[in-house]
Amino acid sequence: MGLEERIPPGIFLTTVERIVNWAREYSTWPLSMGLACCAIEMMATAAARTDLSRFGMEVFRPSPRQADLMIVAGRVSVKMAPVIRHLYDQMPEPKWVIAMGACASSGGVFDNYAIVQGVDHVVPVDVYVPACPPRPEMLMHGILQLHEQIRQSRLVQR
Amino acid sequence: MSEATPPEVTPRSGGTTLVRAAVAAIEAATGRGPLEISDFRGTPCLRVDAHSVVAACQSLRDASALDFALLVDLTAVDWSGCRPGCEPRFDVIYQLMSLTRNERLFLAVGVPSDDPTVPSVIGLWHAAGFLEREVFDLMGIRFDGHPDLRRLVLPEDWQGHPLRKEYPLRGDDRP
Repeated sequence: MGLEERIPPGIFLTTVERIVNWAREYSTWPLSMGLACCAIEMMATAAARTDLSRFGMEVFRPSPRQADLMIVAGRVSVKMAPVIRHLYDQMPEPKWVIAMGACASSGGVFDNYAIVQGVDHVVPVDVYVPACPPRPEMLMHGILQLHEQIRQSRLVQR
Repeated sequence: MSEATPPEVTPRSGGTTLVRAAVAAIEAATGRGPLEISDFRGTPCLRVDAHSVVAACQSLRDASALDFALLVDLTAVDWSGCRPGCEPRFDVIYQLMSLTRNERLFLAVGVPSDDPTVPSVIGLWHAAGFLEREVFDLMGIRFDGHPDLRRLVLPEDWQGHPLRKEYPLRGDDRP
């Protein structure tokens, strides 16, 4: 009963927030940025078996201006950290970051002077996928967790 | 130790013929033979003075019996606490290869800690350019005559030389 019965077939009602989040969720273009061996698994994630294009994510953008999601795939050296921050700042809002692998999450085995102990020292991280390296399924799980976050996000907060 | 005799080396390294030719070339170029001749897993290693390294390298490169035209690697070792008296603290190691004879040779140069300077061999091998910058960056050894001795792998504003033994493993700005 109510409004739904009065509108013609083929039209349905939702909220602006929900439809915007739906659009963002299914067009999260990752920045093609591989820093180390995790990048191989990231590429495998985009390949046929897990097939990121199911989620509108197959378009890895070489330019941060066109990217929504930064997958930090690998260890972040102290020399690379300002570059990553620069790329992050160049990405338009809204933007998300996945720390892929043990190194990007916490420094991993590289507890030394050259490696930043977790990319969250440099950019805010939404999802951590710690493993060495994560299998495509694990990254996929992290991406689905991020999709869940995007779906739940409030337009006014972000 | 200029009278050092070539050691018995495995046939893989060309035997003592190569070492004799190398010793003769260095002797002719610098006026004295190598300070020490050793063998590392079948590859001969000759030790020379820092001030005669360029002449020694040139003789090894240009002698037709040797023809070490390729500088494979140039690296350094920090021997802190490993040598009696700890001096010379560093060794700069030149790994040479002869493409025509399929031979390899190490050249070692001791470098003291109070003045860690070695003449650059960039005039002999252009490949030394990046290699010497890397050694300068990580070990703090200066190469006299290098036209552009800047840090190579670390950020430009880095303090210290991390491959020196006294450098803290986790860096000096982390608790």
